[in-house]
Amino acid sequence: MTTTLSKTPPPAKRRLPAPVRRFLGNKLAVIGIVVLAIFAGAALLAPQVAPFDPAQIFFSDLRAVPSAAHPFGADELGRDIFSRVVYGARVSLSAGLISVSLALVFGGGIGLVAGYVGGWLDDLLMRVVDALLALPFLVLAIALAAILGPSLQNTMIAIAIVTAPAFARITRGEVLSQRERDYVQAAQALGAGDGRLIVRHLLPNISGALIVQTSLAIANAILAEASLSFLGLGIQPPAPSWGSMLNAARGYLTDAPWMALFPGLAIFLAVLAFNLIGDGLREALDPRGRVG
Amino acid sequence: MAVFALRRLLSAIPTLLIVTIIVFAMVKLLPGDPARLILGQEATPQALAEVRRSLGLDRPLPQQYLSWLTGAVRLDFGTSLTDNSSVGRLIAQKLPVTLELALFAMLISLLISLPAGIISAVKRNTWVDRALTLLALSGISLPNFFLGILLIYLFSIRLAWIPASGYTSLLENPGRNLLLLLLPAITLGIGSAAVLTRYLRSSLSETLTQDYVRTAHAKGLSVGQVTAKHALKNALIPFLTAFGLQLGGLLGGAVITEQIFSIPGFGRLLVDAVFTRDLPVIQGVVLVSAVAVFLVSFLVDLGYAAVDPRIRYH
Repeated sequence: MTTTLSKTPPPAKRRLPAPVRRFLGNKLAVIGIVVLAIFAGAALLAPQVAPFDPAQIFFSDLRAVPSAAHPFGADELGRDIFSRVVYGARVSLSAGLISVSLALVFGGGIGLVAGYVGGWLDDLLMRVVDALLALPFLVLAIALAAILGPSLQNTMIAIAIVTAPAFARITRGEVLSQRERDYVQAAQALGAGDGRLIVRHLLPNISGALIVQTSLAIANAILAEASLSFLGLGIQPPAPSWGSMLNAARGYLTDAPWMALFPGLAIFLAVLAFNLIGDGLREALDPRGRVG
Repeated sequence: MAVFALRRLLSAIPTLLIVTIIVFAMVKLLPGDPARLILGQEATPQALAEVRRSLGLDRPLPQQYLSWLTGAVRLDFGTSLTDNSSVGRLIAQKLPVTLELALFAMLISLLISLPAGIISAVKRNTWVDRALTLLALSGISLPNFFLGILLIYLFSIRLAWIPASGYTSLLENPGRNLLLLLLPAITLGIGSAAVLTRYLRSSLSETLTQDYVRTAHAKGLSVGQVTAKHALKNALIPFLTAFGLQLGGLLGGAVITEQIFSIPGFGRLLVDAVFTRDLPVIQGVVLVSAVAVFLVSFLVDLGYAAVDPRIRYH
């Protein structure tokens, strides 16, 4: 747990900041962190963790039942499902992290500009953001993925585009509410320029809302990536992706249900981990939300 | 009220116009030539030019946009590139199927979220609340395609109670229609039930801490009476908004659900169009789903104004 201490001041003050203490006191959030750590470890150390190459075909093991050799069983081509789930973590986590980072930078940037500059630019940007928000998330992601063509990179771009508007909305709202506060006025009066004002004063104060949103957005992005590859619009075979593994499993539900079970559980647990963390962060960073 | 409705509708127009620009521009970015898609790889340049002209693709983009827009306003979204049928008619055929599925799913999600949200709020910060919170977050995290597959495995393969796929129209055989839609509706409804439970928990727990609720307790009313008669009424307003806003998510979820259960709805139409690169259909489906989301949020706002006398619009 000492890793979370990296930003805390010298040992004289040993108590963790209140939000960190609240977060660590939330059992569900800590479970989320542990689950996420397991997935991250599997993704980073995939070649060491996975017993086989995810694309290696064993003709003797077609749809093999889970056993010591294949803990999660084997798929319709005799590939080891455990190894494919482990390598699939790379696809899912990188899709989640990269698309949400893009959305955070672009959406957050747009929201910052709109809220800070205001006027007609704000009106225009927010109209576009509202229009994008009116399009159902998955419908738009499917259409964009289809337009860009199926690949992991395009999936990430499509998800980033549909995720960015929410970041723009939240950032703008936070900037608007902060910029009228006394401390901002004071900094301005003391001669702080726009850049300094944004970086030193505004960003630290709106980061709480953005951190919560980032965690929840990663959960949604992982779901969206899995949905797109389930439909065949994501990363292409033979690359292992949890969504496409589930899609392939549909044809063998009667005699090889494990083909669906393990990738499905992997998606569920990874998404749940980010949702638990996001929920814990929200309660920890915004005590107003806590009642009773 | 009428004035408010009109104002609210007018104020949505600029955003809707931007939606149409996005939908139009999106498809124009698509690599590939629709004319070649229709005629195939061996088409002669003359034939290609001919088809392009008949589709209006040789005109400047703003002109193409305007004629597409004026068509769309009259519900004419062009003709499908695969079988020449009218996109408007295709959507009109498929939309009712998806609407029925979505309504069924919303009913299921209400049946789950109302009791779960109320219990969670009344028993907040107890183990019951924590268990329901974990269940709700699990419901949000469960991909509907995985849930659908689990339901098919359990009810269609293991227990053999319900056929795994197929569709019968409501008019033809209502009983069979509902039976076949039951698993898809559960698949689609669980996710929104989970979201709604969270909303109801937070809005009801906030109401439960208000002074007037404390007064009601002080008068000696039971917890049940206070919750049902005093707190719930006010907590339901944000809940209903969230309920209305679920529609966008349901339309997206329906794409996947219809795919798993082979239901010939709106979502299937989109997926099929995506694989055949049927641009007019993709445009039509995306636009209609955005308009549907707009309409529902408009109705929710009207309902809001009608129900809550504190809300005044000028």
